[in-house]
Amino acid sequence: MARRGRARHSGTAPTPETETGPATPTPVIQIRRLTKAYGHGDATVHALRGPDDPETGLPAGVSLDIDEGDFVAVMGSSGSGKSTLMNILGCLDVPTAGRYLLDGIDVGHLDEQQLSLVRNRKIGFIFQSFNLVPRTSALAQVELPLAYAGVRAAERRKRALAALSLVGLSQRAGHKPNELSGGQQQRVAVARALVTAPAMLLADEPTGNLDSHSTEEVLQIIDGLNATGRTVVLITHEDEVAMHAKRVLRLVDGKVISDVRQGPVVGPPPVLAAQLRQRAANGELIGGRQ
Amino acid sequence: MIFWQIIRFALGGLAANKVRSALTMLGVLIGVASVILLLAVGNGSSVAVKNSITSLGTNSLTVSSGASFGGSRSAATTKKLTVADAKALADPTAAPDIKSVAPVVSTSATAIYGDISYTPGSILGTYPAYFETANEKIAKGDYFSADDVLNSRKVAVIGSTTATQLFNTDDPVGKTISLGGTPFTVVGVLQTKGGSTGFSDPDDVVIAPLPTVQNAFTGFSSVSQILVQATSADTTTQAQAEITQVLMGTHSLTDPTKLDFRVSNQASLLTARESTTQTFTVLLGAVAAISLLVGGIGITNIMLVTVTERTREIGIRKALGAPKAVILGQFLTESTLLSVLGAGLGVGVGLFGAHFKVVGIVPVVIPSSVLGSFAIAVAIGLFFGSYPANRAASLRPIDALRHE
Ligand SMILES: Nc1ncnc2c1ncn2[C@@H]1O[C@H](COP(=O)(O)OP(=O)(O)OP(=O)(O)O)[C@@H](O)[C@H]1O
Ligand SMILES: [Mg+2]
Repeated sequence: MARRGRARHSGTAPTPETETGPATPTPVIQIRRLTKAYGHGDATVHALRGPDDPETGLPAGVSLDIDEGDFVAVMGSSGSGKSTLMNILGCLDVPTAGRYLLDGIDVGHLDEQQLSLVRNRKIGFIFQSFNLVPRTSALAQVELPLAYAGVRAAERRKRALAALSLVGLSQRAGHKPNELSGGQQQRVAVARALVTAPAMLLADEPTGNLDSHSTEEVLQIIDGLNATGRTVVLITHEDEVAMHAKRVLRLVDGKVISDVRQGPVVGPPPVLAAQLRQRAANGELIGGRQ
Repeated sequence: MIFWQIIRFALGGLAANKVRSALTMLGVLIGVASVILLLAVGNGSSVAVKNSITSLGTNSLTVSSGASFGGSRSAATTKKLTVADAKALADPTAAPDIKSVAPVVSTSATAIYGDISYTPGSILGTYPAYFETANEKIAKGDYFSADDVLNSRKVAVIGSTTATQLFNTDDPVGKTISLGGTPFTVVGVLQTKGGSTGFSDPDDVVIAPLPTVQNAFTGFSSVSQILVQATSADTTTQAQAEITQVLMGTHSLTDPTKLDFRVSNQASLLTARESTTQTFTVLLGAVAAISLLVGGIGITNIMLVTVTERTREIGIRKALGAPKAVILGQFLTESTLLSVLGAGLGVGVGLFGAHFKVVGIVPVVIPSSVLGSFAIAVAIGLFFGSYPANRAASLRPIDALRHE
């Protein structure tokens, strides 16, 4: 968390920048020759394989860097390995082979205790299926990560309420998951993911179950978070959602087949930037939140 | 991670499924309560036996007619016990270790007082020495005297149960009751001996002078028992030998293996019965222990179901950064809370239940059984809860989340 922050951006921003030169900002995620296989023998499924090694003909694994402050959309057909990749990035699953460095630390060398710390402090995970704790109020739900971080009750409540109001749910703090609509549940999940102010937000089809209006609301929140410097990795099937990202990866059968940059790593994500320009042109607030 | 937070998570988990938690606790409750109660009942019956040993007087011996163990059972040679036998035993030169002798006849008849009719457990005719030998103390009025015996007066001393049955709360002393048509004046009421062992009530008795009872009911030919008091508890063995010696003389017997009477030491009989009740206590305890174990298995089962059912939730919690120790703590606290609450309530129910008579036995709670069963229940909760809890905490987040 200490590595995040605007100081770094203001430090790097003045340096001349090319849109395709990701070497300048430090990569927060580095994966090297990562593979994930399920099953054994002939039945083996390589959920992540990368290109085949020209010499051995075996999967060489996926290698990828994601910069701090970037907003990456991962696309691909069903079964192409998107969720598999995301679960490994979120330290929820372990790769079959290869290395995953988070903030320069090899996650494979961390023990159970350190992994739970990483999940708690560095990563905010938003699941496709919300994954709220049943029979627990929205407020308690959002307080959970703080409770596991050992934050005191009063402070926890304050921060959880702040996170809920950020997603526009302060009126629904006492509601249990079964008393919330799908979009509201997803926004609770977003609030829960961002309440610890993690440097990295991982979202597995956060809008998959939502109508276009709720999708727009959730994306606005995510855009705003990215604009404040958080790294976002998001899985989606929809081009409208992918439009919000600064970089789009496409996976097919566990391989990255295309990697397109849609906007600079530094600065607000494209859609938000366009809105800001629009407002500036209309003579409204100059500068906005950035 | 703060301790209180874990407790709060655990309470939340229990509250989420109140019926199930309550039923699991009920299992432990029944286990603990039955351990306490059944052991108390067993203990109560052996306490009762012990009390009746001391209430009998440890230096009393009973002579009854009939062949002793291993002796001849031929009825032709059997001579009944008589008052003459008792008189022979009372001779201090022949039997120096005997302090007093009381021949006893027993019969049964219906007693009538006013319009109340009641049949006492037994009607005894004897000498005043009986009271001391049998450790019967007077509560109201007085014993009948040797003079009453000599003059065959129609007086009687009654036990407390008989007194309650016939007179309810009235004072029986001085009242006249009719026993099988013969009027008897009640001169005294005995103290409650208690120690009823379920088969006979020592307080349900009417005691009258020997010749009076013989005259009215049994006739003068024989007595049913002779109660003998040795000079002290240490001389009962010698007294027993002297009784055998004297009665062999009066019954003209030569072979000590073929006696037509039996001398029994009441205390030793009751000691044998006490060991029976101890076996009984152990058996009851074993049954109770099994029910406690079943309660423990209930906890394991419920925790396994809970863990399985909440595997997704565990996955979510781990994905949010819950350390293994906290998940372990939450589920272990849940199972421990179940067992502590269940055992606590079980102790309450057990202690409460011990206030009531169970099949005629007043339960006497053994303090160590309370502590022991509570501790065992809690240990079972911890031990059996730790397996499912550990299983839950060791899951990889993604495996838990994928769980259906
Ligand atoms: N636990 C598992 N055991 C066996 N195979 C698995 C497992 N999880 C995923 N797979 C396989 O790995 C491949 C990639 O799965 P993944 O969930 O990453 O797909 P996805 O790109 O997220 O698809 P979708 O868009 O439908 O969510 C699939 O072929 C799937 O069958
Ligand atoms: Mg998926």
